[in-house]
Formats: sequence, C-alpha cells, structure tokens
Amino acid sequence: MTYNRNFEYTRYLDNIEKMKQAHKVLAEYKFTPSHPEKGYTNRLLHVDLSTLKISERKIDQKTKDIFTGGRGFGLKFLWDAIKPTTKWNDPENAFIISPGPIGGITQYPGSGKSLVVALSPITNIPIDSNVGGYFGPLMKFSGFDAMMVQGKSKEDVIIVIDGVAGKVTIELAPLEAVDSHVAAEQFTHMYANDEDDRRNVSVVSAGKAAEHSLMGCLNFSYYDVRRKACRLKQAGRGGIGTLFRDKKIKAMIIHGPRVKGDSNHPVDPGRVAQAGIRLHKEMHDYDNKMCTMRKVGTTNIVDVMDAYDLLPTKNFQYGSHPDTPKIGKKVWEEYFTQGVPDGCWYGCSMSCAHGVDGFTLKTGPYKGHKVIVDGPEYENAAGLGSNCGIFDPDWIVECNFYCDTYGIDTISYGTMCAFVMECYDRGILNKERTEGLEISWGNGQAQLEMMHQMARGDGFGAKYAGQGILRMKRMFAENGWGDAQFLQDIGCEGKGLEQSEYMSKESLAQQGGYYLTNKGPQHDEAWLIFMDMVNNQIPTFENKAEALYYFPMFRTWFGLNGLCKLPWNDIEPGDNRTKYPPTEAAKVPEHVQNYVDIFSGVTGKEITKEELIKMSERVYQFQRVFDLRMGKGTRKYDIPPYRAMGPVTKEEYESRQERYDKQLKEWMNIDPAGKSTDEKIALHRKYRQDRYQKLVDAVYKRRGWTSNGIPTLETLKRNDIDFPEVVQTVLPHLSEAEVKEAQAAYVTTPKAEKKVSKIKKKKVVVKKKASAKNQKPKTKNKKAAVKKKIVKKTAAKPKAKRVIVKKKAAKKMIKKIKPKAKKTAKKAIAKKPVKKAKKK
Amino acid sequence: MKYLKTNPSQCKGVKACESACSKAFFKVDDPEKSAIRVKKTENGFEMNVCNQCGECIPVCPVEAIYRNQQGVVMIKKSICVGCYICVGYCPTLSMRTHPDLKEPFKCVACGICTKACPEKALEISEK
Repeated sequence: MTYNRNFEYTRYLDNIEKMKQAHKVLAEYKFTPSHPEKGYTNRLLHVDLSTLKISERKIDQKTKDIFTGGRGFGLKFLWDAIKPTTKWNDPENAFIISPGPIGGITQYPGSGKSLVVALSPITNIPIDSNVGGYFGPLMKFSGFDAMMVQGKSKEDVIIVIDGVAGKVTIELAPLEAVDSHVAAEQFTHMYANDEDDRRNVSVVSAGKAAEHSLMGCLNFSYYDVRRKACRLKQAGRGGIGTLFRDKKIKAMIIHGPRVKGDSNHPVDPGRVAQAGIRLHKEMHDYDNKMCTMRKVGTTNIVDVMDAYDLLPTKNFQYGSHPDTPKIGKKVWEEYFTQGVPDGCWYGCSMSCAHGVDGFTLKTGPYKGHKVIVDGPEYENAAGLGSNCGIFDPDWIVECNFYCDTYGIDTISYGTMCAFVMECYDRGILNKERTEGLEISWGNGQAQLEMMHQMARGDGFGAKYAGQGILRMKRMFAENGWGDAQFLQDIGCEGKGLEQSEYMSKESLAQQGGYYLTNKGPQHDEAWLIFMDMVNNQIPTFENKAEALYYFPMFRTWFGLNGLCKLPWNDIEPGDNRTKYPPTEAAKVPEHVQNYVDIFSGVTGKEITKEELIKMSERVYQFQRVFDLRMGKGTRKYDIPPYRAMGPVTKEEYESRQERYDKQLKEWMNIDPAGKSTDEKIALHRKYRQDRYQKLVDAVYKRRGWTSNGIPTLETLKRNDIDFPEVVQTVLPHLSEAEVKEAQAAYVTTPKAEKKVSKIKKKKVVVKKKASAKNQKPKTKNKKAAVKKKIVKKTAAKPKAKRVIVKKKAAKKMIKKIKPKAKKTAKKAIAKKPVKKAKKK
Repeated sequence: MKYLKTNPSQCKGVKACESACSKAFFKVDDPEKSAIRVKKTENGFEMNVCNQCGECIPVCPVEAIYRNQQGVVMIKKSICVGCYICVGYCPTLSMRTHPDLKEPFKCVACGICTKACPEKALEISEK
C-alpha cells in the first residue's frame, strides 16, 4: 500500500506573495458585516460577472415563510433570475449558495451544509447539491444568508469576500492553480493572517476537468487544524462546477469571523444544545454497534450491500462480487486515519469525512505527489469500484482524488464509466472508437486516463465521456455504434443525471425513489430498498406511494436548513427499533423531534412535525413546477431505463434465474418451464414496466399531481405557492377536466379568484402573441374568433348567469369549427369565466 | 495527575461544594453553574465531577481541550466553538453546559470546594 499515517503532503506554497501581487482588482463593494439573528441575516449578496456589479438585496419575510432558506432560497432566486428559455451556459444562469437558518450552528451534528442551486448543465433543469466545508456558514456569519453569482467573465477571476473588513472584490488572479487541492491551499494561505486564522478561510473551486465536461462539481474547503491542511467537500451533483468554470471563476474565497457557539444567534440556545448533546451521547454509546460512521463513514455499507445483492456491479448488472471484501469496510478502516475528529463542520460527532493521508499518486500531472484524499465514501467505492469491476482500493482512492481536484462528480463519473465499460465489453465501443483507450472492466488505469483526458480537454474522455450518459446514448446511436434501444436500456440516467450507486432492480419503491425525483436519480429523496425489498414493510402501491410522499418531503427539509441527512438515521436512539413499529421506526421519530427543537430553538418559530413536512412540500412542489417551466417535469421524464427496473440481458437474468423464475410463477402465474431466457426476459419486462406505471399513478395521486405529473392548482394553493408565474406554468399542461376540477376547489375566495383571473388574462395575451408569430394562421384565427364571440355574447348578461350562457354559446361555436380546433376552444371556455370575473 | 477525589460515603448532602464552585467561577450561587454536582440516592449521596480522564481531548474538533502541566484537563475558551461533543462524549457525564454560557465548563481541580466541604468528603489528589 502506498499510504502512510504521517500528515506529510506535497505543498504548493511557493511564490504565494508573487501570486497575490499579480492580482488586479476589477470591482469592489463595501458592506457592513453582520451576524444572523434567529438564524437569518436577511441579506442576499449578488455578483454579476458580466457587468462587474456587486450588490446586496433584502430577503423579505414572505420569502422566508415560503422557502425557509438553503435549497428553497436557491430555487426561488434562480426562478427569478432566469427565463423558461434560458440555457445552462447563458449569462443569466446563476448559482446560488445558501446554508439555511440552522446552517452554522455548532451544537448539532451535520449542521454546516451549504446548498448550491443552479440550472444544471447536464439536465437543463434546476439542480441542488448539498455540501460541507466552511464557506456557507462563514458567509452567513459575515452577513449573507445567500450568495448569487450571475454573468460571465472574460478572463479567470476570483471573488473574495472579506467578512471581517466588510469588502467583496472581483479580482483577476492569473497565477494560482485551477485544480482544487492546489487552489484551496494557495488561497487559504494567501488570505489567512496566520496559522490560527486559517480555520476562518474557505475556498470554493472546481478544476480542469470541469471545463471540458458537463459533470463538474464544486469543492468547498475547510482547514483541518490537526492535519494543518485543506480538506475538500463536494457539491457533486448536476454539473455546477462546469457552470462555475464556464463563468470563468477560478475560486471564491471567504475570510470570515471566528466562529463561536452562538454565532447563529439562536432564540433558545439551551434547547438547541440539549438536542445536540442527546445526539452526541447516542454517537458515543451506539455508533460502534450501529454504523461505525466514526471509523469508516459511509463505506460501512459496502459489505452490507454486497450481502443483500444490492452492490452495483459492472454497470448495475449484478448485485455482488466475490472480490467485494477487497474494497470492504475493513480495508477502508485501514486506509482511513483513525482517531481524528473528521467532521466537515464544527460539532459533527458523526465525523464521517474521513481521509487517506499521505497517499502517493501514480498517474497524471501530480504523479509522485503525496496528498490527502477526502474519501472514499460509499458512493465512490461502489461507483468508481465495483460498478466498474474495479476491486483495487488504490485505484479507487486515486480516482477519487482526481475526481475531486479536477472538479468532477464522482457519482456521475462512476456510473458513466460503468456504462462506457459495458459498451466496450459488448463491442459497442472498441479501441478505434475510443482512440486507443482500452476501457474494459476492472481497468483502473484506463478509468484514470479517461479522467486525465477530460482534464486536458482531449480524446474520448472530453469528446464523449464528459458529456454524460444521456448524450453518449444519442451520440453512439447517431454514429451507428449500437442499438439505440439497448443503449437506452443500459445507460442508468434519468432526466440526464447519472443514477447513484444502489441496485433498484428488485425494489419497485426504490425505482420510484430514484426516478420519481425532481432532479434525477440520486438518493437524497428516498432510500427505500430495505423497507421495501428486504423487510417488506410497504407491500401495496399505496404504501409505497405514502413512503414516496413522506420521505422525499421530509428529506427536502435538510436542504432547506443547511443540514446533513446522515445524523438523522445513520445513528438511532438505542431503543428506536423496539419502541416504535417498523414503519414509524424508519422515520426515527425522536430525531425528527430534535429537528423540530433545533428549528424552533434557532428561529423562535414553533413548528410541529407535520409543519416540518409542509415546509418541505412547498419547496418540493415548487421545484417540480420549475422542472416543468424548463421543459421537463412531466410523466415521460419520470421513467427509468430498463436496467434500473429489471434484467436487460441474458447474463443478468441467468445470474438470478432462480429468483426470476419464481417471480414468473408467483407474480404472473406463468410456468417458466420450456420458455427461453429471451421469452422470460420479455415477460418480466412487460410485467415490471406495467407495475412501475401503476406506482407512478399512485405516487402522483398522493403528491397531488395529475396523471401527467403536473401539480394541480389545488396542490399549489394548499402549499401557498400559487403565485401567478407558477400557476401560469402549470395551466397549459392541465386538461379541460383538470382545470374545471381545480377551479371548483381553487376559486373559493374573491382574492383567489382575482389571482386566477389575472393569470388567465396574461395567458391569453401570451397565446395571442404566440399565435401572431405562429405559422398556422387558420387554426389560430378560428380559436381567436371563437373566443371573441364568446366574450361578446356573454358581456351583456348578468354576472351570475354568465358562466352558463358562456358554455351554451361556446358549445354552439364548437359545432361550427373543425374537430381539431374543438379542444382549443373547449380550453378557452373553461378559462373564460374566471377572466370575466376579474374584469368585473 | 492532579484531580478532585470524592468520598461519597462521607457526604451529607450539604452541597457547599456546589455553592463554592459556582461562586468561584461565575460569581453566583447556582448549582447549575457548578462543576461538581451532588445528588441524593437511595443509599446516600452521589458526587459527580470530572476525574481528568481526558477522553474529551481527542474528540474536540478545534483542539480547544488540553492537559496542563499538572495533568488537569483544561478548555481554551478563545478557540472553543461550543459544539458540546465533549459533553456527549464524557464517560462520567461531568462536562457541564449552561444556557448563559457559550462554552462548556468542567472541574479544574482548583480545590476551592474541598475547603468548603464541612464533611471532608473532597480532596485534591494525584493519580
């Protein structure tokens, strides 16, 4: 093994003064530093790189009431910043960093998270990514609940926030490195006053590969006072690092005030502290018996997943492998330096941010350097390891390191690489097509080389791999490399985002947990495999739908408040499983109560467990509408590739033949005897796809969505997000019946009626404008004529009778026009009454 | 290593130690601000105070807890971030908090309480 336990690393600190002297300040903004009160500063820092304008905006009470903070703020500010036509690389696309009201408290484990929201390069819909490191809390303690960056710079710049002096600058910084492990060290040393002050500096950066791919991540640093080195935590998912480099940002640096236990100024510090101490005590008493997070972090589940046939192996074909012990928990316990409090924010007694110290690199531009590698976590071990047929921990650690420093999402990279390797294995790719890259199962060196190509911007890595699975499927099919349907089946992405590292094939609920999600198949909404497949606690569609309502809503709450999910259920009270029935125990009720306590203790706003879900649902439903606004968010985007649902190939079927044959008998009442594997695969496929559709129906119903996955007007109203623009986004996707039904429930008060009518009016205007531009004058003219006549006929009638008269008039009109135009006319009828009401 | 040795069998529950401790360190007579706590049990009294075992030292994320030259475990308040991991990880539950205070506090084996105890149930000792 090439690691050692000495905290000895290659340093990159030569010429720091010279680097700093080469900076040129392009813009400067002075502000008054302030601490939060009750968790909020009520200030948003806005930076426009195109105009070099730096400003701040007030965050009002209504925004806090509806969106809470963190991911909620990010989505709200992004909505306001972009248009439905905005593309990810348009200057108006923004990224927003916000830690939420609880974010930055030091008493409760996992409370220093920043949420980063942007229009994703890889999915073209909003993405939110949850990241540790100190940037978010230091930003808040300097004076800002959130920071939004828009515009594009022409040259590489840095954004520097001096939270002590009250100054923000945009500076040219030509000499510092782009790659994150170097950049974080150089900027931390440059902006800290001394060794003691380095803990007050945090750097956000991406890396060279983020420039040449769509799966770039952001690294948020913190200074590890024991190792005397910078650590990196990643806002991994969705390509935000790509956006960062597209804006030509080399780094963002914050130098904040010293953090104290009351920096967040909670209303009731005692209540917050007691909740934290309860959890610290549980960590002390039970972690060694439960998840051993303090020793091995999330890698504790590598062996568990393998044992349950759930460890993704060779592009999600199989769920276990004889070599898994080589990358199992015991190995990582050896690799990780033990006995160091490895929290990514102060006060995290779970301390799962482990590191491999003094690791000597074997490849790439840093070959021979001794570095600290942050991780691997479970997702890296499974994604970069078993899913690619790689069972050598050294390769996993090295790939993990380069993913981070080059600014690449390890999950997308692992799943993408697994897809590429299967294509290579099946002859869809070959050495000629990969320009010499022998990207076969288990080839760790090739996995690394593909990454170096992405960093250099050359070869197969940059041209294909970095574009992600969705685009590769299209490109390969266009090139005549493989069958389009087969490529679609085996490439595990949804909405353009690569699936994270769990096998969902044998758990219907987890298929929903992955693909009935707002941003694509990741596991931060619902992880239901054990509840569903292993423990059979949610057997019916309704049970699964309830779980796919509760858990995504509940888990959204972490992102609103700057929290980590792990301390919720990777440690439990010792009697959780005996005190509560199984489905209740899965919610860890006493920890939910802790969250109620810390939110109320920080903000002074008393909430209940039920209100906690409501807070989340507002933002969750808003994000769904946001997806719709950007062109996705309908049923067809919620369907998994078949690899995530069942066996695509003979090898997969035969590897679990006994199980699948039994399912034929028990589920479908079909005798497998005498049937070929292909026939059996086809039977499974039909059954499983039908079953998934039934799940979708049940989940949509529970979430208050139409059969096409659109939140109804009633759902928007119930969640207090029936803002004109939101309703306007939804309306064109509702059928006549749905609009009628919604109106019955929705238009109940004069105020609401006024709101709807305003929206409808706008919509008609927009439609008229669109029709003028449209190249279908005949149909549009007919539609306009119908509308005009309806209005004319009804205008003189008393208000109470107007709706009925209008309907009668409209029916007559519909008879006169072609069938094709009927539908449009009917829609107009459904909407007219409300429009008229407003005029009155 | 200097520490406060307790002799619970001699304790009569006067709680003069609590009073002396809180007065010495926080200028108030408040048992909630005392590093030593006396609790009545079925068989007499239980005395809870830091035994200077030092298990809190490695769990502190900012290296604010250290052992001084006498072996007493101390908290450097200027760098403490008030996370209370040390409180949850104290095997004898002797690290204290109070809503008025940003940082935890503990017995520093100063010996003030030994002089206040009328029953001689406390003494500064070495181990």
